[in-house]
Amino acid sequence: MEKHTLSVLVENNPGVLTRVAGLFARRGFNIDSLAVGRTDRSDVSRMTIVVEGDKALIEQVTKQLHKLIDVIKISNITEDEYVDRELVMVKVAAEPSQRVEIINIAGIFRARVVDLGRKTLTFECTGTEGKITALEESLRPYGIKELVRTGKIAMLRGSKAVSVGGPWPRESDEE
Amino acid sequence: MEIKVADALVQCLERENVEVIFGYPGGAILPVYDSLYHSKIRHVLVRHEQGAVHAADGYARVTGKVGVCVATSGPGATNLVTGIANAYMDSIPLVILTGQVSTSQIGTDSFQEVDITGITMPITKHNYLLKDPLKLTAIIKNAFHIASSGRPGPVLIDIPRDVANMTIPFKYPSNVRLRGYKPTYKGHPSKIKEIAALIGKAKRPVIYAGGGILSSNASGELLQFAEAISAPVTNTFMGLSGFPGEHPLFLGMLGLHGTRSANMAISECDLLIGLGARFDDRVVGNINKFAQQATVIHVDIDPAEIGKIIPTNVPLVGDVKQILNSLLPLIEKIDRSKWLERIGELKGQYPLTYCRGEVLKPQFVIELLWNCTKGEAIIVTDVGQHQMWVAQYYPFKHPRTLVSSGGLGCMGFGLPAALGASLAAPGKPVVLVTGDGSIQMTMQELGTMMEQGLAIKIIILNNYALGMVRQLQEFYCEGRYMSVNFKFHPDFEMLAKAYGIPGYTFRTEEEVMNHLPEALAKPGPAIINCIVPVDENVSPMVMAGQGIHEAIDCG
Repeated sequence: MEKHTLSVLVENNPGVLTRVAGLFARRGFNIDSLAVGRTDRSDVSRMTIVVEGDKALIEQVTKQLHKLIDVIKISNITEDEYVDRELVMVKVAAEPSQRVEIINIAGIFRARVVDLGRKTLTFECTGTEGKITALEESLRPYGIKELVRTGKIAMLRGSKAVSVGGPWPRESDEE
Repeated sequence: MEIKVADALVQCLERENVEVIFGYPGGAILPVYDSLYHSKIRHVLVRHEQGAVHAADGYARVTGKVGVCVATSGPGATNLVTGIANAYMDSIPLVILTGQVSTSQIGTDSFQEVDITGITMPITKHNYLLKDPLKLTAIIKNAFHIASSGRPGPVLIDIPRDVANMTIPFKYPSNVRLRGYKPTYKGHPSKIKEIAALIGKAKRPVIYAGGGILSSNASGELLQFAEAISAPVTNTFMGLSGFPGEHPLFLGMLGLHGTRSANMAISECDLLIGLGARFDDRVVGNINKFAQQATVIHVDIDPAEIGKIIPTNVPLVGDVKQILNSLLPLIEKIDRSKWLERIGELKGQYPLTYCRGEVLKPQFVIELLWNCTKGEAIIVTDVGQHQMWVAQYYPFKHPRTLVSSGGLGCMGFGLPAALGASLAAPGKPVVLVTGDGSIQMTMQELGTMMEQGLAIKIIILNNYALGMVRQLQEFYCEGRYMSVNFKFHPDFEMLAKAYGIPGYTFRTEEEVMNHLPEALAKPGPAIINCIVPVDENVSPMVMAGQGIHEAIDCG
């Protein structure tokens, strides 16, 4: 089954996350990942939701989401050219003698050391889902103590945009 | 000038032309009731909050207007939940006002506190917790708009007590501002042309019309359309009364307990025109056996309904009334006498039947009710066998004359909904057909009925059992009847007397024939207890997993 990335603009109202999450739960849709944050406008938030499913399911997800009054706009950006990133922080078991080796491996993925413990190393890394997974697999043999991923965020390539003011040009730009 | 939020709320309701509110007071809603004291809006005090929401629902079904109910926080709010779910399933426009504990107490498990916006999120079209008093007027405006537009549904507004007591400058907004909500009404012109072309080519079309016909007030257009294209019409349960029941093109209800002719027509048709219906599981039966020969057209105002259950060849999102009006001029008359002959054959071959015997049969009571009212009454039902017998044996004549819980199948809906129906249509006879199980779920509302002076005729088809569940146990549990037979009932005639209502008990056809017309004709309410056999089944019936054309006889 395919993974689809939905960019969903919602009113920045209390409870909007519950509305979206509740909808997925009760209709039996699985969320692969969900990232929420404010947009450039304080009254609008963006949810980047990764859903696994066939075309019919994604269509139902989209239509059901549209029924929520607080949902302003939905775009299945997987249907277009897009860039996506995810941030991961990973704490690896590292005896002082292993540090250089581990840092070298992490370096291949352009992961940065953000913390050093007596027996641990903590990295941060951004990239596509595939890259993050590759980093995770490379560090696994040393013993991953803790790992946290933000979930994917994504944007359309080029001048197209998923924003309240319409794809392009944006309302605020016209003013 | 600043006014109290609760006063502003009541003024908003007046601006929305609310004439009647069904409710039950309490602590957290106190400020709102204090403001209602000076209002000209009629407040109907029910006996249980479930009664308030069902009554508002019944009122909305009959008038097409938004029904309004009010309850206090905590148990008041939770008692509304069933009724809200009921309205949501049947797409009934309601605005529900609940009291909430003061904002400083929210989240502290304070007295009579529940998170009603959280609880009702899955069963409301939208809901609000009013935290900022300045947002009140916009919220009320939006709530009425959301409830009544697009696919209608219930909207709940939760009002904390302290907010209700604050003051705000009052100005009722003239426009609704909702950037995430813009229902589509007008159908896409190219799709409408495509549909007209398909109709032109079809040899055996069937119109399958649901509750959308009623909510968009499209009964007149549906009749015109059916006659123009010479296609037989079947109604879903929710669609009943949307097409004249005695019209030669009418096939009756389809589905689980539908007529054989409707179900056979569906499996024989080459074009299925779904109008404002949602291919519910009780209609479709086994999906893989449903309308196998047909090209499917699906017209609905809710895009999410299209393609949800079965694949559609031509989807069209929009208001069914507008779409039929744009479609009508494009229709060319073609001769479908062969198909209509076949339909006549099916109807002749498979009429609904039951065996009349020495005992009084429930179907007979419904037929007699038809003879007494001739479709000029509002029929309210509860849920169970009696409901299906009404659907089968009462050919509704006018739109919005059936008030019944379809999607949720909510026993106890009948009596309170009849209150709302009766208030909505003063002067029009209202008959509640109920069962001995259903009536006992909400019969405390008899008090409300008497207090409001409502002349509802209550026919109890009393078989001393939960007949529909009993029927299921007969077919699915090899007749192991578990907890379906009542060993005790109140004497319904005596119960009527306790409320000052004329009561009757009928046991034979003769008794009903002699006395029912008179009982119905008398002014004022009545409780008519009809003793019917326990082993009478609703027939035909589609067993689980079967196609609807494979229904069995179980009379």
